[in-house]
Amino acid sequence: MHTRPSVRLLLPLLAAGLLASAVHTADAAETLTVYTYDSFTAEWGPGPQVETAFEAECGCDLRFVSVADGVALLNRLRLEGGNTDADIVLGFDTNLTAEARETGFFAPHGISLDAVSVPGGWNDDVFVPFDYSHFAIVYDTETIENPPTSMAEFLANEDGHKIAIQDPRTSTPGLGLMLWLKKLYGDEAPDAYAKLADRVLTVTPGWSEAYGLFTNGEVPMVLSYTTSPAVHIVLDGTDRYQAMAFEEGHYMQIEVAAQTTAGAENPLSAQFLSFMTGPGFQDIIPETNWMMPAGETSKPLNPAFDGLVEPEITLLFDPQTVAENRAAWTAEWLEVMSR
Amino acid sequence: MLAALCLVAVGALVVQAGGAGGAGAVLTDPVVWRIVRFTLWQAFWSTVLSVGLALPVAIAITRMADGPVRRAVLALFALPLALPQIVAVLGVVALYGQRGFVTGLAERAGFDPPSIYGLTGILIAHTFFNLPLAARIMHGALALVPAEYERLSAQLGMGALARFRLIEWPAMRPAAAGAAALVFMLCVTSFAVVLILGGGPRATTLEVALYQALTFDFDIVRAVVLTLLQLAVTIGAVALFAFAGGSVEAGMTISAGASRRFAGDRPAGAILGGALTLMAVLYVGAPFVAILASGLASDLTDLIVQPRVRRAMLTSLGLGLCAAALAVGLAYALSRGAAEMAAGRRFSGRPAFTETVLTSAPSLILVVPPIVIAAGWFIALRTVTNVYDAAPYLVITVNAAMAMPFAARLIHPAMLAAEERNGRLCAHLGLAGMARWRLVTWPVLRAPLVAALAFALALSLGDLGVIALFGSEQVQTMPYLIMQRMGAYRTQDAAGLALILMVMTMALMLAAEHFARRSRTMVTEGSSE
Amino acid sequence: MKGLPVTCDGVVFRYGPDAAPMRFDCTFAPRTITAVMGPSGSGKSTLLSLIAGFERAESGHILIGGDDITGKAPGNRPVSCVFQDNNLFAHLDAGTNVALGISPALKRSAEDEARVAQALEAVDLAGYGARMPGSMSGGERQRVAIARALVRERPVLLLDEAFGSLGPALRESMLDLVADLQRRTAMTVVMVSHDPADARRIATDLVFLKDGTVGAQGPVSELLNGHANAEVNAYLGSQRLPS
Repeated sequence: MHTRPSVRLLLPLLAAGLLASAVHTADAAETLTVYTYDSFTAEWGPGPQVETAFEAECGCDLRFVSVADGVALLNRLRLEGGNTDADIVLGFDTNLTAEARETGFFAPHGISLDAVSVPGGWNDDVFVPFDYSHFAIVYDTETIENPPTSMAEFLANEDGHKIAIQDPRTSTPGLGLMLWLKKLYGDEAPDAYAKLADRVLTVTPGWSEAYGLFTNGEVPMVLSYTTSPAVHIVLDGTDRYQAMAFEEGHYMQIEVAAQTTAGAENPLSAQFLSFMTGPGFQDIIPETNWMMPAGETSKPLNPAFDGLVEPEITLLFDPQTVAENRAAWTAEWLEVMSR
Repeated sequence: MLAALCLVAVGALVVQAGGAGGAGAVLTDPVVWRIVRFTLWQAFWSTVLSVGLALPVAIAITRMADGPVRRAVLALFALPLALPQIVAVLGVVALYGQRGFVTGLAERAGFDPPSIYGLTGILIAHTFFNLPLAARIMHGALALVPAEYERLSAQLGMGALARFRLIEWPAMRPAAAGAAALVFMLCVTSFAVVLILGGGPRATTLEVALYQALTFDFDIVRAVVLTLLQLAVTIGAVALFAFAGGSVEAGMTISAGASRRFAGDRPAGAILGGALTLMAVLYVGAPFVAILASGLASDLTDLIVQPRVRRAMLTSLGLGLCAAALAVGLAYALSRGAAEMAAGRRFSGRPAFTETVLTSAPSLILVVPPIVIAAGWFIALRTVTNVYDAAPYLVITVNAAMAMPFAARLIHPAMLAAEERNGRLCAHLGLAGMARWRLVTWPVLRAPLVAALAFALALSLGDLGVIALFGSEQVQTMPYLIMQRMGAYRTQDAAGLALILMVMTMALMLAAEHFARRSRTMVTEGSSE
Repeated sequence: MKGLPVTCDGVVFRYGPDAAPMRFDCTFAPRTITAVMGPSGSGKSTLLSLIAGFERAESGHILIGGDDITGKAPGNRPVSCVFQDNNLFAHLDAGTNVALGISPALKRSAEDEARVAQALEAVDLAGYGARMPGSMSGGERQRVAIARALVRERPVLLLDEAFGSLGPALRESMLDLVADLQRRTAMTVVMVSHDPADARRIATDLVFLKDGTVGAQGPVSELLNGHANAEVNAYLGSQRLPS
């Protein structure tokens, strides 16, 4: 009985919420639904331009639905249990493709991959890459004048400067660094982790926190991408932040898209995947997603990209190896780092 | 209802995962237990520090004359909870970090301040978040002390210590225990703060393991087991606080402005209290100044005209208001139930088990990560309806559930006092239902209800957890937008948005405090002399 | 604790910069009971608050037994108060509440215990020391408050509508108790009340307030006999004559 006043108070409010949210677009016949991460669809992200370009080509309606990040993308699909609106899922990386394949939610793309170009080449029947970048240690030139030129030199810690890295348990770049060291040092990786631990100021749960500490001046080095310096040149007009080039090579992250089993029924899906590998899509990527294009562009890249580190050696585990060993390797990393 | 909210969620998750096979593996993992130990350890010290320091601050605030200064302090104290953790952490780092402002001052003064990466940093950030919260809750309890007590203590010539021991401490003890339980739970679930300022994996809470289980591993059974483990260890700790708390004693009537608060003739005490409050304000305010400074460096006018930003502001407000209203409604119903039980035992003696459960159990929802509840509901609902159409309701419901314990802490003491004062009279006059609400309950509870609403609103405005799962083109809130910009090299935009969020929250808090104060003056005018 | 005279000499007070000023000039004779009466808002409680030190006068002087106490802290004034409500700390038992009158920091000796018991006995509450206020009636709580005033042994006792919420019979017995104690201790008692019957029952003198000033003062027998003062009579209405 006593809850009555509060219930009375709440019902109109809930009704108001209902009205506010009632706007939901129904699926038209000529619609392609793409699930992606949200910085892709931000107004400064690739999404708006991609939408315009593809809609002009197909005469259809391209609809983006976005979630927080690439990992959340796959989890959303799992939560939907295969019964999804998505025709295309765009934005998870090669660390997750093995697990994504196992879910059985994805169908072979069936398109030609001739236009695709990523270091080391690409050959996969389900996943189509749309951009890539290498992980790199980005540093502040105002603090560090003579950056190390190899991972070994970096780990030797001659100058005592600190770095902010990400946790492989919660972050894709964090996982990337761990795999990088594992690829370089194999069974000796724990020694490398131990040396790394001495250089680490702190470990953050995500890329944003680490990069925030870096741009705030709290730490002169951060684990990020070879493409990060271009952002500061283009957006802020400064070349103060640079990436270190390591002679042993850099670990790579490739972002991919795939069509769902439901999406395979929609002819627009294949059309979109093809479009994605061509200049209509690839021209947009570098200066909106700040990654390297994974296909042909119609014009040269912004000069800001010219000065970037271009690793001569690209390091990458195949997705199956990552999927099988991630838990064990993470435990090994954790064991050393929490000493 | 709250229990149902959780049960459906957990049930759906377990059904989805097809049993609890992974439970054993989780419970025998030594890493998990090491994490449990650290989680409890940091939460304990954070709580002791936050509540311990909030105690004198709450007393000092209560003794302050009511006016714009006190209202501003109280509004400021509601802000930290509305900040996305990462924004707060950057604010803290800007002050106490390697290149921090305070660090610089200390070095110039010849000190060698310790690095904040470690327990120090965790404690600094957690007190920043929780000292104001605890101070507000305890101030709420102190404000219910009859004005006559102040006068009596002055006449009897009590010193500050005697006054604390004989008046203030007994009045705030239940609130202090409640605040401690709340703060403890918040710190148990703290995640980004602990990892970043703790300096890495050495400082890891269960929440990190939970996050890992839910994201990369998508191991729902493990997530549920970890949640239950987190719940279990927290219940143990919180029970301790509850027993230490005792209950509000009977025999005092709240005088709704029957006599003017006696300002006191203790210049020494006033100066000390003023100094303490000032220190707390500086401590809580300084990170905001850092946020303000970096926010002003961004292009605010450009941000404001962006349709997405404006839409996010409106979405945040709408969802926040609904969630806050729901939270206050729930808290009201719950406090009402508990107050009636208290009336049943005539406000004396130990509260019955059910009453204790009713007052403290709902807070436990704080220990269940919103993401677990959201995921559970997602699975439960997807067979029934399009989950994304239901997303706003889920966000509102989960946010309301998260804000409810805070609202309850503010409403419960006032409700108890009001029930004691008016319960019998109402029963006698046959006042019930709307008439009772309008004539008796609303005038007395208006101020705490509005304060609770404002607080719940601030909290919902700052929420990120639930939205991250359901966020889509339709539902984007301010914290979501902040995280989005931070994740895409737009740190300046993020700083600007954080500033906008901060100003929004502050304005709402001040409006609410103003409203609550107006109602208080009206009561006073009715019974002056 | 021989009663002392209380004098308000041009005491000016305002509740805020915009509020109308109140001005009090009056004297309360030593070792007598004086009733303070007046319409709602006339300043009865304010006058008591000024004497007790809960409010600060803007100008003027308050003298007790010749000492100027205008600037003294409430605890240093030779005054005890009993309010209408909340006289007892709800979480402390009756005995402890009384003992606070002896030592505000609650350091109690055996001798103090005896005094507390004695005071409780004087207000007919022998053996009530361990009772909690919550389990006592309104009248009992007020008697505990009076017991505390007794152990404090201050020459002036201020009663601010102290029995306003009690029933007629109980109120009469409380008034008689105050009168009896006043005779035994020779305190000066100032009693705010809105019922002329209270004044007629135990008070010797009357101070009548109106609009923040003293409208009339004099013996109860003169002011409450129906012939004295138009304002007083207007306030008393049909009760201007003793029933």
